[in-house]
Amino acid sequence: MEAIAQKIREAAKRLLSEGKVDVVIGYAKGSVPMREYPYFAYTPEEAENLTWTSFCCNNLALYTIRRPGRMAVVAQGCVSRNLVNLINENQFKREDLYVIGVNSPGMVDRRKVQALFPGKTITEVIEEPEHLLVKGQGFEQRIERKKFLRSNCLTCVQRNPVISDEMIGEKGPEGHGGNIDNVAAPWEKLIPAERWAELQETLKDCIRCYACRDACPLCYCHVCFVDEAQPQWCGKTQDEADVATFHILRAFHCAGRCTDCGACESACPQGIKMRRLTSKIEKDIRELYGYRPGMEIGATPPMSLFRPNDPQDFIK
Amino acid sequence: MSQKILAKDKVDAFLQGLCRDQDLFAPVMKDGKVGWGPVATAAEALWEFSNTEMSPKDFFFPQTECMMRFKNVQGDPQGMIMQAEAPLSRPRVLLNIRPCDAKAFQVLDLIFVQDEMTNDLYWRDKREKTALIGLACNDPCPTCFCTTVGSNPHGETGLDVLLVDLGDHFLAKALTEKGEALVKDLPAAAAGDEGQAAELKKAAEAKIKGGVAMDKVNAREVMELYDAPLWDRVMESCLNCGTCTFCCPTCHCFDIQDETQGEAGRRVRNWDYCMSWLFTMHGTGHNPRGTKKDRVRQRFMHKFKYIPVKRGGEIGCVGCGRCVQLCPVNIDVRKVVNDMNA
Repeated sequence: MEAIAQKIREAAKRLLSEGKVDVVIGYAKGSVPMREYPYFAYTPEEAENLTWTSFCCNNLALYTIRRPGRMAVVAQGCVSRNLVNLINENQFKREDLYVIGVNSPGMVDRRKVQALFPGKTITEVIEEPEHLLVKGQGFEQRIERKKFLRSNCLTCVQRNPVISDEMIGEKGPEGHGGNIDNVAAPWEKLIPAERWAELQETLKDCIRCYACRDACPLCYCHVCFVDEAQPQWCGKTQDEADVATFHILRAFHCAGRCTDCGACESACPQGIKMRRLTSKIEKDIRELYGYRPGMEIGATPPMSLFRPNDPQDFIK
Repeated sequence: MSQKILAKDKVDAFLQGLCRDQDLFAPVMKDGKVGWGPVATAAEALWEFSNTEMSPKDFFFPQTECMMRFKNVQGDPQGMIMQAEAPLSRPRVLLNIRPCDAKAFQVLDLIFVQDEMTNDLYWRDKREKTALIGLACNDPCPTCFCTTVGSNPHGETGLDVLLVDLGDHFLAKALTEKGEALVKDLPAAAAGDEGQAAELKKAAEAKIKGGVAMDKVNAREVMELYDAPLWDRVMESCLNCGTCTFCCPTCHCFDIQDETQGEAGRRVRNWDYCMSWLFTMHGTGHNPRGTKKDRVRQRFMHKFKYIPVKRGGEIGCVGCGRCVQLCPVNIDVRKVVNDMNA
């Protein structure tokens, strides 16, 4: 990991000192363990702060939206797919973007690590090639990295960037062996009443902070439907209908666009399993339209295109 | 005020006594997370934990709170009928609340209950009917910085009773009349107990490293801090989500809405947050905090400058560190305040 981080820093320093870009958007080491954060390097000196670890969980494509100037973005598979999405949705031009591509090792879910030490505080996590050394007040344990990957990284199909101007390190394998259809499958077995119950259970801890929406590079509407006030579409309370309205509508807005990057799940302060909603939609779009979002510049998202032979079985 | 002993094998009997006339809540382990829940026995409550992930402010200021119900039936000679919500029916005890969170309620008292005109009966009703039994922190987290913002791991402010874990028993210090009544049946503390608690307090304080410095923030004019260049960097990664404000024990902004269906409805208040552009949006379309920078700056200025200026030096932060742990982009309040103080 540190070798990749070093190469990212070198690339960033070069791009900034040659004046090729105004900013390099990457990750820097967080002030608490397992919490790297989006960092903006404007000078070669600031580029020294860039890092690359098992905890680069934010989707940096978010920060390209409505940002003027020439920018370079550190992009693993999912981030690159969201950049392609944004190009296809006319948010910026390919030539305004410099992609520093990295093969994703799969990011680690800090909640899974924390679950090993209930009620205890982790003070340091040290990266080793296949392991993480987790230290805390009165404990120390070496854990196997791949057993603690985020659930979306386990079912990832695109670890290499789909676009890049420069590749850091070697290209690597594309998947981690998991199958997203297995995440979607439970919904398909449920009758509507059970689905509703499952949805309520999934969302019961939601505090409506909207971190899921705000961390998502798909959510760039000037005014989100939950913030519309004239008229107000969505109630503001913690009643289950209001909470579910937000999540269901948001999930549908992401249909055919979600790259399963997991930023929503990583951002959620309550640890809500956001992918329970999006995985079924991802599967439907793939099966109905043969489409995976963000894989190709120039592709038209199926929800913004009508074809006479589109599946219409749902019209009853 | 008296100093008592609560033996660890007598906790169940103590809690049974509390439960007789009151609802008892404490930090519990729920789905792998530390949160608040009802308890009846010592085993159900947590006694060794850092703190709950969310603050307990919703006991007094629920995220969604009905303020009244109304009816306006056409032709009804009574006209519009407004009906108050019932006050809290049973007194409550929050057991094992951390001193920082109790301090936060006292900060909020200054805001919700100021004078005759600003006298929030919803907040006050629940505050008056709730007793707080604190559990001193012997082992503060690396994200705790209470001692640098006027609180303390063994702080007593806002509590009715403070429990200090002395190994085989707790020292129970009554701090108010309400607290005195809660511990009246416990045996008196032994000679060395108070000294042992003082040692633990000193050790806990020593474990808090870092934190914030406020001297220059206090000395500087509001506009100097407001116009400081640091906000351009602080706001860069901010998502403008509500995580920091919603987990915060002192954030207290709300939005009031009338929800109607047919001829009946309710007035309801919900947590709101300064990170949202909608929070300050005027009906005219003008937004005085129209940019992300305005909103990010507001949160820190409010806590560390505006509240101290308006409330006699009281800081709008108790150093619990929840926002440090939960911010999805690791905006660390300690760093921000130290930058304000630089």
